[in-house]
Amino acid sequence: MNKTKSRNMAQTMLLLPAVLPVIFFSIAPIGYGLFLAFTNAQAGNNLQFEFTGLENFQRLMSDTPFLESLRIGIVWAVSVTFIGLFASLLFAVLLNGDFPGKSVFRSLAIIPWAVPPVVIALMWLLVYEPTSGLLNAVLKESGAIDRNISWLIQPGFALPAAILVGVWATIPQTTLVILAALQGVPRELEEAASMDRANIFGVFRVATWPSIRGIVYAIATLDFISAFNNFSLVFILTDGSPGGAIRLPAIFAYQQAFEFGDYGYASAVGVAMILVMSVSIALAFRVVVRGGGKAND
Amino acid sequence: MALRYALLLLMLVFILSPALWLFSTAFKGQQEILMGVPSFIPEEPTFDNFITAFTEQSIFRSAGNSLFVSISAAVMTVALSVPAAYVLARFRGVASKMVLGWAILAQMVPFILIIIPLYLIVIKAGFYNNLLGLILVYTVWSLPYALWMLRNFIMAIPIELEESAAIDGASRLQVIRSIIAPLLVPGLVVTTAFAFINSWNEFFFALVLIRDPEITPLSLLIVRFIGANEGVRLGPLAATALVATIPSVIAFAFLQKRLSGALIGGAVKG
Repeated sequence: MNKTKSRNMAQTMLLLPAVLPVIFFSIAPIGYGLFLAFTNAQAGNNLQFEFTGLENFQRLMSDTPFLESLRIGIVWAVSVTFIGLFASLLFAVLLNGDFPGKSVFRSLAIIPWAVPPVVIALMWLLVYEPTSGLLNAVLKESGAIDRNISWLIQPGFALPAAILVGVWATIPQTTLVILAALQGVPRELEEAASMDRANIFGVFRVATWPSIRGIVYAIATLDFISAFNNFSLVFILTDGSPGGAIRLPAIFAYQQAFEFGDYGYASAVGVAMILVMSVSIALAFRVVVRGGGKAND
Repeated sequence: MALRYALLLLMLVFILSPALWLFSTAFKGQQEILMGVPSFIPEEPTFDNFITAFTEQSIFRSAGNSLFVSISAAVMTVALSVPAAYVLARFRGVASKMVLGWAILAQMVPFILIIIPLYLIVIKAGFYNNLLGLILVYTVWSLPYALWMLRNFIMAIPIELEESAAIDGASRLQVIRSIIAPLLVPGLVVTTAFAFINSWNEFFFALVLIRDPEITPLSLLIVRFIGANEGVRLGPLAATALVATIPSVIAFAFLQKRLSGALIGGAVKG
């Protein structure tokens, strides 16, 4: 009895150095942030504030710029997730298996992972740059356009241009995770399937997909969350036109907090973002579960 | 087979061309950049951009700040994680699930919910506009991932090794020092590299928590640089960005091979 007690004691002592900082500087602050969403906290004045219940959320519901940023956030996150997922799936399937030069291709494929987000945004700024950028230069040379396009400013172009950057940044991680999952698919399964069906897509659907779909759903969920919460990439891409066509919810919240000093309202935006993400993910899984059920019938 | 290579090449063009464009811009002269010629090879390669960046933009100072913060945070993260990771790996229970749960849940929390309270805490603690505050924040941010990675590495070390040493009369501490530690070295390297990259690449916390130019980390310097000079001096900007990428790439080289295993190894094995 005493022995297990002292063993538990020792385990706790070993856990504490890692757990305490997380509790004090991660979990507790987040709890406080959630609480602030129901107050009228403002910057300055020694942070005196009152509990205001759902007032912030009522204000959010009729705040057009917020609703617009929410709409943009959903379009951006869904597009980045789906386009990124399809590209990564294709990429991982191509990279899987044995072929000459595979390790070179694999190393090159995950290069963007090593690049800091700040540099990713900058490198695309250089590509989209109206007068000296790569994109306009190529399009003009090939005769597709004859006047420079301001990709990140002109309405209609800004959001797709930003989505492409998001996809670019998503591909390496997603590809690598799917590739790892593909390598865990038993060979015999695919061989057996390819005996029955010559078609490569048939083999994929019957043998490969069922073994990797769990991991694919998991990485897609994580991709969606990180895209919807994204701040860095788009913040830097749009520097100079913060009110522009790609003000994501996180950027909207940042402005409320650190430009207008409206801490309570900004926190409410954060809570609303969690709600929107949870509902989206729940809906997506319902569709997947139903779709999966039908496919198995 | 031909189709496979064609599609792979297409993907690589998409992935590599922005990176190559940045690379070539860094070595182009101001005139050539402004002309917007779609060529990846500079007509007259020059180091002017690097010279300008290093003399005018205090890259050295900022890189020093970033190195100091990232190395401190990485070492602290790993030092705090190892004992806990050992417990999580060897005595499986609820704690292990809670750590993974938190690592995933924490990703879902929008930054705004943590940055306002942290900002207030850091000011109260006297760490605002202080690199120590940044080190603290980065350490806490990397901890759940480091715990999870180290736990997977320790689980890969057969427990029989420990048991047989214990039968031979070694104490627990001796077992950890002479058996676990040497086998864990690759895991420590990978986790340190991971935590280093996390901090080196970060700029949002720095944006809110750091004000003075003297202590600005490199990533934040670039953002400020973009804000101030957009469209005017792309060459030095590209050169700075290239310099900022080097440490990440080096750290990445250490963990590249083992990364997917470290991240999803435990999840696949259940």
